[in-house]
Amino acid sequence: MTVQLKKVSRRGVLQGMGAAAGLVLMAPVVSKKVIADAHGGEGLKSSVYLMIEPDGTVNIDIHRVEMGQGSRTGLPQIIADELDADWNRINFLPAYGDKKFGDQNTDGSTSIRMFFTAFQQAGAAARAMLVEAAANEWGVAVSDVDAKNHQLINKVTGRTADYAEFVAAAAELPVPEASMLTFKAKDMRQYIGRPVRNIYMNDIITGSSMFGQDVRRDNMLFAVAARPRVVGGQITGYDRDAALAVDGVVDVVDLPALQLPALFKPLGGVAVLATNTWAAMKGREALDAQFEKGENAGYDTTEFEKTLWQSIDGKDTNHLKRGDVDAALASADKVYDADYFVPHQHHAPMEPPAATAEWQGEDLKMWVCCQDPQTVQQTVSAYVGKQPEDIYVEATLLGGAFGRKSKPDFAAEAAILARHAGRPVKMVWTREDDMHHGYYHTIAAQRVRASVKDGKVTGWKHKAAYPSIMGTFNPAANGPSGFEIGLGLTDIPFEIDNLQVDAGDAKAHVRIGWLRSVANIQQAWALGSMVDEIAAGEGRRTDDLWMELIGSDRNVNPADDGAQYGNYNAPIEAHPISTARMKATLQKVVEMSGYGKEMPKGRGIGISVHRSFVTYVASAVEVEVTDDGELRVPRAWMAVDCGLAVNPDRVKAQMEGAVVFAMSIAKHGAITAENGEIQQSNYDTYPVCRMDEAPHVEVVIMDVDAPPGGVGEPGVPPVTAALTNAIFAASGKRIRRLPIGEQLYT
Amino acid sequence: MKTTINGRSVEFDGDGEMPLLWFLRDIQGLTGSKFGCGAGLCGACTVHVDGVAVRSCQTFMADVENANVTTIEGLSNGDTLHALQEAWIKHDVPQCGYCQSGQIMQAASLLSENPNPSDEDIDEAMYGNICRCGTYQRIKAAIRDVAGGA
Repeated sequence: MTVQLKKVSRRGVLQGMGAAAGLVLMAPVVSKKVIADAHGGEGLKSSVYLMIEPDGTVNIDIHRVEMGQGSRTGLPQIIADELDADWNRINFLPAYGDKKFGDQNTDGSTSIRMFFTAFQQAGAAARAMLVEAAANEWGVAVSDVDAKNHQLINKVTGRTADYAEFVAAAAELPVPEASMLTFKAKDMRQYIGRPVRNIYMNDIITGSSMFGQDVRRDNMLFAVAARPRVVGGQITGYDRDAALAVDGVVDVVDLPALQLPALFKPLGGVAVLATNTWAAMKGREALDAQFEKGENAGYDTTEFEKTLWQSIDGKDTNHLKRGDVDAALASADKVYDADYFVPHQHHAPMEPPAATAEWQGEDLKMWVCCQDPQTVQQTVSAYVGKQPEDIYVEATLLGGAFGRKSKPDFAAEAAILARHAGRPVKMVWTREDDMHHGYYHTIAAQRVRASVKDGKVTGWKHKAAYPSIMGTFNPAANGPSGFEIGLGLTDIPFEIDNLQVDAGDAKAHVRIGWLRSVANIQQAWALGSMVDEIAAGEGRRTDDLWMELIGSDRNVNPADDGAQYGNYNAPIEAHPISTARMKATLQKVVEMSGYGKEMPKGRGIGISVHRSFVTYVASAVEVEVTDDGELRVPRAWMAVDCGLAVNPDRVKAQMEGAVVFAMSIAKHGAITAENGEIQQSNYDTYPVCRMDEAPHVEVVIMDVDAPPGGVGEPGVPPVTAALTNAIFAASGKRIRRLPIGEQLYT
Repeated sequence: MKTTINGRSVEFDGDGEMPLLWFLRDIQGLTGSKFGCGAGLCGACTVHVDGVAVRSCQTFMADVENANVTTIEGLSNGDTLHALQEAWIKHDVPQCGYCQSGQIMQAASLLSENPNPSDEDIDEAMYGNICRCGTYQRIKAAIRDVAGGA
């Protein structure tokens, strides 16, 4: 997931990108003055994230990006609460790349859980400074001053004053140490825990929101490119004159050839620059570009699957070993043995990648639908001879991302072309470009064997073979890495005596990337499927078997069994693997769904539960499978324990969306390669769920006292198993290969 | 040739085969109509031509000569939002928001033809509009609200 690159930066010059003023709860126009003031102008500055102007306007530097997950609404809620701010007096500043903000890689479901405390501190410190300034002026004790909704209140006299009156005085005071700050009690919170509306609502519904594809600069050219269809391929020829003959085409420019490893580097090829996107697209067609394919020319996913199964049969790389699984299997009353396969998947966000670059003399400014502006700075740096910190990169809104827009190959293209053209260039990726040149979710084979003796599961042996994300960065990578196996396998929370997790070799032949919930996609599916298979075989309820496997209330630490475990980059003391929370979440979804009740013929409910991104999600899915194999999914239920839910409505929305996202993977998702080329080109050949397939989803957020966990990704993993288990309950058909596709047709 | 966009008459003297989407986005600067697939498969570029929803990526400029084109930017009546836009707010529909202008335009066309659609009518009318974030149930709830179903 998170690949650490060297990140250094310095702020460049900002230019407002005018979101239209909102009509309801707004994202106000970001004026140059506001931004200038926010960065060194007069005002109260309690943190790198917060600056209050003399007129009381609160500027929040939301350093993380928005791709639908809601972080850019949730993060300001935290500051606003501790500051006791009036929400309507907040400016929400865009994310631009600068190391001073810390990690900006909006990825791994980290924004709220990593920055909750820092944003609390920013708000609480500014509030404390305002209170102290007022107490000084009024000659009363600090404890005699209260703050509420942008007002300071003298509790002795009853006098009130707007924050604006004390900004100047407060700005002279030292920023309190973090250890001196106190935070609001839960029952005093005004924004945290409330369903505050998406700050971009009005822009979105009126069409004025600014995505990467929507950026416009004066005198801008539009670019599309013909790239090698196989990673590591090279362009060998094209008809330049034919492209230039197209009305509107201005130039044809070679892009630098890719030297493997791929990293986030552009793929090479040739770009067509034109006065509008359509002309550029026609120009690209006229190029009739020719390529030689290079070392990955032979990649064929049908053949590669055979290689994966050979790897499953072959050498084991052990990641966790408890007890003696082989002995347990040998002495079992019954052994359950199943193979599971998941093909490559693609992000396919509604907005294809796009980036705009503008050189002003030697200054480079960029507007990119990126998940991490710092990674853009770093990647572009190598192609333009500038230090990363000297490149101004602003993240636009992202029209979906799901991991794809963490990889800024497209941004480097824009910077190169803009320099060449001597005018601003928007690099537009088409849907076909997006499908052909992705960072695909891996292709995975898994074998799970479980032993049952005297009605109890005594052993679990789980092996996975798939190309690693690390292969995109290191050609020597061969099979799943520890961090990938740590997404659902080394953290199997089963209280059983014998548990073994192994990986098998597999080399990457396309760029492998992280897709929403990453290796949990295949691993939670195999896990949740096998629990259901055993329950069915033993004539038991699946929830009962889950409860028995999870076992007693305790915190599980995979390190106790010798595993290297990353815990989603969170300290395991603060975010333990709590079996009690996992069981409570499962219990809740069983209650919500009525799992276990009698169902009419052809209908069934399936369940599963999974912890990922330090959040617990249990899912139940109801299906109907008709006699001729039509699948309908009328309802789904999600119980989520994400610790503190900063914005419950956005948490619910993420769970609703996760059901649809997982169903797209389960029902339709398959990226295939032949002769090195990806075979899918658009939403016809890579379908995703449409409205008529979407179930009604009911969500319950567990009421727990725990720090915030991830939200954007953890909804996805349990849904796939719940769905395929429901299909088994309804039809007796066990799905062990994704996508479901036409497997149910009779 | 002449066409009318959001009540404003505009001239176009380029290639009549240019898709309306690119005229709107790149030449008129109306970027509310989104580029999602370029092939009529996702609905993100949906606009109204003479009141009927069309995919602007599949509509040629020659097709809109003397027509009335309405984009998401022209759906509201000044500052007064369309009832669907209000319902979108009420149900907090959008996640990333990229598909939503197309969804709203498609829904507006549905309701103008069929003010009281059944759930099946809604599914059928909205089938061509993909939302990768999966906001479908809220879109449906918002449409039902305006249709008087809630």
